[in-house]
Amino acid sequence: MEYFLELFFGGLTRGSIYALIALGYTMVYGIIQLINFAHGEIYMIGAFVALIVAGICTIYGLSGVSILILAGIVAVIYACAYGYTLEKVAYRPLRGAPRLSPLISAIGMSIFLQNYVLLAQTPDFLPFPRLIPDFAFMEPVAHIIGSPELVILITTFVTMILLTLLIKKSRVGKAMRATQQDMDMARLVGVNVDRIISLTFIIGSALAAIGGVLVASYIGQVNFYVGFLAGVKAFTAAVLGGIGSIPGAVIGGLVLGWAESFAAGYISSDYEDVFTFGLLILILILRPAGILGKVTKQKV
Amino acid sequence: MADKKHKLLEVKGLTMDFGGLRAVDSVSLEIHEGEIAALIGPNGAGKTTFFNCVTGIYNPTKGDVLLHPKGLKTRRLNGLKPNKVTEMGLARTFQNIRLFQEMTVLENVMIGRHCRTKSGIFRSIIRDKSVREEERQIVETSYRLLEKVGLEDFANEFSKNLPYGAQRRLEIARAMATDPFLLLLDEPAAGMNPQETDELVHLIRKISSEDKIAILLIEHDMKLVMNISDPIYVMEYGKKIAEGTPQQIKDNPKVIEAYLGDDDDA
Amino acid sequence: MTTMMQEFKQSIIVSIWFVFLTFPLVVVRVNTMNNVVEWRWMNMVWIAAGSFVLSYLWRYMLARKLVQKKVEEAGGDTRGKLQILLEDESFRYKAMGVLLIVALIYPQVFDTYQTTIMISALIYVVLGLGLNINVGLAGMLDLGYVAFFGIGAYTFAIINHHFDVSFWLMLPVGGLVGCLFGIILGFPILRLRGDYLAIVTLGFGMIFKVVMENWTALSFGPSGIANIDKPGLFGLDMNLASHTNYIYYIMIAMVVFTIIVTNRLKNSRIGRAWIALREDEIACVAMGIDMARTKLSAYALGAFWAGMVGVLFASKTTFINPASFTFMESAIILSIVVLGGMGSILGVILGAFILILLPEYMRAFSEYRMLAFGAAMVLMMIFRPQGIISGLRQKYEYKGLKGQSNDG
Repeated sequence: MEYFLELFFGGLTRGSIYALIALGYTMVYGIIQLINFAHGEIYMIGAFVALIVAGICTIYGLSGVSILILAGIVAVIYACAYGYTLEKVAYRPLRGAPRLSPLISAIGMSIFLQNYVLLAQTPDFLPFPRLIPDFAFMEPVAHIIGSPELVILITTFVTMILLTLLIKKSRVGKAMRATQQDMDMARLVGVNVDRIISLTFIIGSALAAIGGVLVASYIGQVNFYVGFLAGVKAFTAAVLGGIGSIPGAVIGGLVLGWAESFAAGYISSDYEDVFTFGLLILILILRPAGILGKVTKQKV
Repeated sequence: MADKKHKLLEVKGLTMDFGGLRAVDSVSLEIHEGEIAALIGPNGAGKTTFFNCVTGIYNPTKGDVLLHPKGLKTRRLNGLKPNKVTEMGLARTFQNIRLFQEMTVLENVMIGRHCRTKSGIFRSIIRDKSVREEERQIVETSYRLLEKVGLEDFANEFSKNLPYGAQRRLEIARAMATDPFLLLLDEPAAGMNPQETDELVHLIRKISSEDKIAILLIEHDMKLVMNISDPIYVMEYGKKIAEGTPQQIKDNPKVIEAYLGDDDDA
Repeated sequence: MTTMMQEFKQSIIVSIWFVFLTFPLVVVRVNTMNNVVEWRWMNMVWIAAGSFVLSYLWRYMLARKLVQKKVEEAGGDTRGKLQILLEDESFRYKAMGVLLIVALIYPQVFDTYQTTIMISALIYVVLGLGLNINVGLAGMLDLGYVAFFGIGAYTFAIINHHFDVSFWLMLPVGGLVGCLFGIILGFPILRLRGDYLAIVTLGFGMIFKVVMENWTALSFGPSGIANIDKPGLFGLDMNLASHTNYIYYIMIAMVVFTIIVTNRLKNSRIGRAWIALREDEIACVAMGIDMARTKLSAYALGAFWAGMVGVLFASKTTFINPASFTFMESAIILSIVVLGGMGSILGVILGAFILILLPEYMRAFSEYRMLAFGAAMVLMMIFRPQGIISGLRQKYEYKGLKGQSNDG
């Protein structure tokens, strides 16, 4: 039973991170129907920036939770800046181009950013400082769920609530939903579509960076390649839940997290990635619209 | 008069739902040999959806689409894939032109011949005599069709470089290359100037009389419709509200109301 | 004057922005082991100057693209000199003849090392041409193409290891096994939309690698399979140099074979259907083309080629392990196709030579290879989506028919 609970919470933690990254995919896909392949790289850059800030802080004598918060904030700012620039450079000039063009551009950008970090920093894994302290009150249950997991769960939960509020209640959120429904129509009623698209990338990037910082401090290391796999898995989560749907991304993330955790725990951890991709392929074949997605008819 | 002629297409109670929206509501119509029929109605009346149901792009929620090819067994088209429908002898054009842009004008028409020819991968690689002969015939047939629609001078141009009116005519040529006995034209005159429209009328008549292809067209240009089509079917809000000769349609109070209610058309 | 000032201002802003953007990653480097921060201020200067110049170039290129588009819309000619030259058929044949002669005497002139490099370039030429069937002609983005390459290589390596079957027998078998996997995998997924297909094929590529790493009983895991037979020639004993030359000539033959086949297919009934499918799926099925079958044929044929080259690759290196079949390989092959020109045979060949040989001969550059590939993919899509050489379409002459159309 304890083993089950451990896997359960492990899956939950993992899944909530997937959900956080998946939100970026789903929001971008919802608006411009593009798989933002470089989204995982934004996550990785977020983690790297946090690592650097944390490193500087540690060397100059700061310590504790203040580092985590500072590193997190700088990481989010930079991830947003990268996301914004990414859209402007690699995707905006391709609006209206054949469908494959932005996708290839996205793949190119993903490769570019990976190698940019590789060359600017290092090809090796870097140790990431443990920024989340062990809380005393967690001691009795630490073998099932640790303090870092708790922090991750709380942070992702709060972030998602904020995001939901933003999209449901604010003017910007309304404009985003309008753009998602019908871009031309939104433009006609005075929505600045370009700005909304930029904003979508910025929000998605911020979420990815939060995920990146949390995971890096949880696992304790980063390198230039961590974003790629995380990105593909988060995309799987987004598809699983129904791409374009925000609650779908959350559900998809959690389902995927549990599936991986239990499969690795009870079957074999060597084939963990095979389960993920197998799941993705099955979903796409059997129900491409995902768990919450609507089956839409292509307009002719 | 109409009942003497062979019935080619019979649509019975066709209904198409999108979620909660009923786009086409039990529409029935018949196309006979030699007819140039028209389907008219205000924007959003469900005409194009009707076309899509008949040609297999959508699978209708209810109703029957029956094809009676001359001398062959009756075929039910519901649920068939679009390519099967085309193979049966029913070809179409698109309202928002859908040409193969990066292919030449001639190649666009040659695509239409695909379902009437059969050389596969291996024979295409070996390119034996019969493949070369088939290829020659494809080019010849396609070229003749281009001549028919007056585009032979552009044969080797990319289709995206054609002017708008010419692109519409190319779509007709491409559809005709599939050897249909019934041709569905979705707003063939949209975006054409009066002279181009006149040429189009001439072309449609020629297809009907020379090639013995029955035609069903969706059109907003009332002058064109009244000029060439008989019978005319009128749709509004997914329902068929009238059918008859041009004169009957002109005098039909329901039709007048439908059109007066919507100033965009007429 | 004011526009100049404006441009200058814009470039300054871009420059500042990129300095800000790259600051933590390019300027700072933290060594947490020794607790030192390394500040690389020179990099900042490079970034500032570089982005300043590039922003001018960027705007110039965008403006040029706009002008070209206008010229094209007005029915003008925007083809480059090279493109016009290549569209001349007699020139094309002459050029190919010259190239073939150069290719044939190449190993006699250059040493074994150069020939080895050339062999790997040729392997990528064939892989590029194979993927070109999927991506360039049929418009299906395959991100796991390397899996079929790997399947071919492993098929040969495993069977050769256990049963000692020779290269020549396995060459077509490898292709067929690749093709078989292409059909099995392709069958359920080819209904998917373009971007989903890309992700699923990416998944296949990853699954293949993970399985090869872990299914030790079959594949010997990460340590790979060694001592794979080189291709034999009537049981002759060959030294390294002559063996390399031998493989080189096999590769040349394979390239020529691939060119002939793809060129024939491109202008055949099947090839036209592929291109039509790429251009517009709905119009394509409405014209009577069976989408599933057409897509599957392209996918399977692409896989066949990858499988065949896989056998040759295994035989050339005599050692394979899963590390040779990563996503990066798929990405390299894809960038060859994108850079060269999707759908264009000549373009893909040129693309393979540029992308494979350039880093080989410019060692200083090779570190930046993948960075440049990534950037090239983005830039090509934005400024030159048709690639270096765009696909040529066959022109048909049928002047003789005019006037006699009435009697038919």
